[in-house]
Amino acid sequence: MEYKWFTQLMKGLLLAAALLYFMPLHAQTAGKPAFYFEHLDGLVLFLFIVVFFMLVAVLYLKLKTREMIRMKKRLQQRNAAKNFDGYIADLNSNQIAAYLDLEKKGDSSKSSPQNLPRLLKSMAVFVLLLLKGGMLFAQSAAPSRDSILGETGIIITIALLVIPIGAGLVFMIIKVLNLTRQNRNRLNMAEAEQLAEYLATPPDADTRSALLQRKEALDYRLSNNELSGGLEPRDEKGLISNVNLSSALPVVVQKKRAAKRPNVDPQLSKLVIWYIGCATFWLLFGTTIGEYIGIKFVAPDADHLSWLSFGRLRPVHTNAVFWGWASLGMLGLAYYTVPRVSNTRLASYKLGWYSLYLINASVLVGSISLMAGINNGGGEYREYIWPIMLLFGIALVLTLINFLRTIARRTTKEIYISNWYIVAALIFGLVISVVAYIPWWQDGLGETIIQGYYMHMGVGMWFMMMTLGLVYYYLPQQLNRPIYSYSLGILAYWTQILFYTLIGTHHFIFSSIPWWLQTVAIVGSVGMVIPVVAGTTNFLMTFKGGWHKIADSYTLPFYLVGIIFYFTGSLQGTAEAFRSTNLAWHFTDFTVAHSHLTMYGIISFFVWAGAYTIIPRLTDREAPQITVGAHFWFALIGLLFYTVPLMYGSTLKGLMWIEGKPFMEGVVFSAPYWLWRAVGGSLMWIAHLFFAYNVYRMLSGRGIVDVKEAAFEKLAAKKEEGTI
Amino acid sequence: MEFFDNQKKLFGATFIMFLGLTILVAILPAFRNQRNNAPLPDAPPLSAEAVKGKAVFIANGCVACHTQQVRNLDMDKTWGSRPSIAADYADIHRTDIWRNTATLMGTERTGPDLTNIGTRQPSREWNLVHLFNPRIVVKESVMPAYPWMFTIKDEPGKDDVVVNVPEEFLKGKTGKVVAKADALNLVAYLQSLKQVPLPDGRPVPEFLYKREEKSTAGGGTGETKGPDGAALYATNCQSCHQPNGEGLKGAFPPLKGSKIVLDDNPETMVNIIMNGYNGRESEGFPPMPAVGTDNKLSAEEIAAIMNHERTSWGNSARQVTPEEIQKIIDAVKQ
Repeated sequence: MEYKWFTQLMKGLLLAAALLYFMPLHAQTAGKPAFYFEHLDGLVLFLFIVVFFMLVAVLYLKLKTREMIRMKKRLQQRNAAKNFDGYIADLNSNQIAAYLDLEKKGDSSKSSPQNLPRLLKSMAVFVLLLLKGGMLFAQSAAPSRDSILGETGIIITIALLVIPIGAGLVFMIIKVLNLTRQNRNRLNMAEAEQLAEYLATPPDADTRSALLQRKEALDYRLSNNELSGGLEPRDEKGLISNVNLSSALPVVVQKKRAAKRPNVDPQLSKLVIWYIGCATFWLLFGTTIGEYIGIKFVAPDADHLSWLSFGRLRPVHTNAVFWGWASLGMLGLAYYTVPRVSNTRLASYKLGWYSLYLINASVLVGSISLMAGINNGGGEYREYIWPIMLLFGIALVLTLINFLRTIARRTTKEIYISNWYIVAALIFGLVISVVAYIPWWQDGLGETIIQGYYMHMGVGMWFMMMTLGLVYYYLPQQLNRPIYSYSLGILAYWTQILFYTLIGTHHFIFSSIPWWLQTVAIVGSVGMVIPVVAGTTNFLMTFKGGWHKIADSYTLPFYLVGIIFYFTGSLQGTAEAFRSTNLAWHFTDFTVAHSHLTMYGIISFFVWAGAYTIIPRLTDREAPQITVGAHFWFALIGLLFYTVPLMYGSTLKGLMWIEGKPFMEGVVFSAPYWLWRAVGGSLMWIAHLFFAYNVYRMLSGRGIVDVKEAAFEKLAAKKEEGTI
Repeated sequence: MEFFDNQKKLFGATFIMFLGLTILVAILPAFRNQRNNAPLPDAPPLSAEAVKGKAVFIANGCVACHTQQVRNLDMDKTWGSRPSIAADYADIHRTDIWRNTATLMGTERTGPDLTNIGTRQPSREWNLVHLFNPRIVVKESVMPAYPWMFTIKDEPGKDDVVVNVPEEFLKGKTGKVVAKADALNLVAYLQSLKQVPLPDGRPVPEFLYKREEKSTAGGGTGETKGPDGAALYATNCQSCHQPNGEGLKGAFPPLKGSKIVLDDNPETMVNIIMNGYNGRESEGFPPMPAVGTDNKLSAEEIAAIMNHERTSWGNSARQVTPEEIQKIIDAVKQ
């Protein structure tokens, strides 16, 4: 009670400190609005951080002092009541022995700790430092009311003033912490002395026997076979498998093997495997081309063949990885997912096969025609002329019919969220293809408006939508826990449709398409924050409580990378859409980096995750974990090597353009970043070789005779012959 | 919810919502745009060669690196005298039954914008040499070479367009490089790409985000006032006369040690910059375009370029002043 004034004092101090620090700040911001907008943001942020740390320090001190006061009170109460039973009950075995042996001796000393002056002294130091800090600060703030605040010199000066303040702050905190510790120890020592005094009197008989009993209990040790008993171990339920008998050091961490899934229709297995197999081929083909055109930035005279010139190969690369790799991969995984979550058989295998043939034909003929110089015009991702894209479109129609019929005969009441996304993606894919290829609204600038819409709907409403649907099934399946929130999935679904559809024209900011349309696209891009955050939250929360599984699994890292890039890559897209960022980034390789972060970081990683999840369950064979690991790391590191330097370099290049530097200067400047891109691309390409090998291993095994299998086959053969 | 458990309703609603938004943000604006825009009155239709050239441009995917749009941004002033407007694209229609309209606005500017390339670089000779291998004229270029648009003949015919290719780019082959139809058509298309002035009375859209004048006050030499001659030379002259001022043997004349450049009286030099020059065709040098007029260079900028040329690569002629140049420009104006 006596020390209540002390807490009051602390509160007062806190307030005073806060005022002291906020006042000059406020004066600054109010006095110089122009300065505020140009340069103060960073400064204010910095000052707020300083103030924040000060407040935290003050708060900490307050808590500490409170604790000290409590301790002191307790000590005094003890002094009065001589109640040390708590300590006696808490003695350990050795202490009990010592206590019981102590009967002869008796000694006492008196001490009445007078710590208050100390405490006050420590507070005085604090106040002094605080005031001093405040004064210093006021000094640094004073010149900032003058006009030339924007000057670098002034900012540096302020920074130089702030550095000693910061150092003083740290010093103060250390000092105060030391003081509190010392004080605490002094209190503890005083209490120890009192306890010793108390212990000097020998215990009575009851206490003594109780203590002896306690000592016995404390000395009890387990025999180490309480749970196992004396019997031999036996695995009666067949829970243990894959026991590693050799104790050699493993090169890679052994992760969990894929769990076998019962009852996969062999027809469906075959279909899914063919889809993923074809996708793998197009991945290798498409990225080999991509790698080659990446090299052409560094070595433009690598060849002089018309069929291999940059302008012709670029669409071959993009279309092959879009329609060949990513689309076939996604569809393969979807063919497994849709009947599985509908708890029924696929409606028609025949239609599934037709779709596969058509898409392969489309990409094959399309690639050849592009190399031959036959394309649809300038629009990205619709370079295939309509008869070729028609094949792809028919495949989508067949797949859509197939999936809808499968869903119609589902045996579950609800339509699982995966199927929402997958079927919606097919509907959207068809709508955008029709809109993009019908000529009625494509004269002049109409073509560009449709182009902006088409190319962005292609990536967002076809690839992203379907991939999200797949993740909603495969991720919970791999984590063995339900998706965190169905409602978030539904929210993301509708907001994705609402906002994503609007954002197409953000590829043509500042162009001659209507200004309002550009603005709508920017607004839509900002709106995309909602579905992206909802989706990311949903996936990450599904991980909740299952994070440890990542270390055990070779598929979950792919999912995690996909989720991370889903968040960062998508929000980067929002950031790129603003007019201000368009100034520096538009037309540079920043866009290329962004599209790789998303199409590769999100879509490809998720498709790989799905492939590694599903193929072992279909074929009962797994890829070697070392090559899966190699695939993962080469792909991830390659992607970062590819994108990070490219983003950095193109930002600087954009700034050079803004400054009005000669165009060739920007080209020369970009050369090292293009080299980085070629290096990153090569790593990614190597990753794909590993992936192709892994798919091969998952499909056909190793070609090495399994001793056990072979032995039983031989046994059976011998039985047949009658030799046994 | 019942609604979400019925696939017809769920996917029907999804389809309707997407289609509705699609119509609002893509189809209707596209319709509106093509209906409300007509080609500018002064815009000439593409010639037959240029039409074929455009097909070559499309077939080879040139749009992957070259944009054709001047944005309404100050930084895009390099590429045209005014921002592009919808009417500039209004005369572009579907290519043929197989191929869509090719507006070719592009999304990447790995190479220069081509909206106004016909004005900026009208020289057919330069364009052909550059097409054969860009590194002949621009050493650091990463543009692909298009040698398959050329053929090598020992004795070119009368109508053949011979391209002056330095020996090291012929890879040991002998003979004269002759441009095939593809190359000539493509160059014709490039030459046709010129910004058309707006009809009188129509307000020109503004360039936004004006570049701030850098304050030279407070440090530095303080002497570097006015435009940067070296940078202007790089943008306007270097692709022919080369960074070392030596030109290209047999194709573009040197400025290093040139009598005209070193002349104490800058009149001839200004005249050539403003009005072009064809006095040395007998030596095999193609006519020089009127760079100063085409690129709308100011007297300050021309003076800066001239001073750069007159004092670099061992040249040492007296410096000229913008006022002096302005007078000559007014005098030689045609």
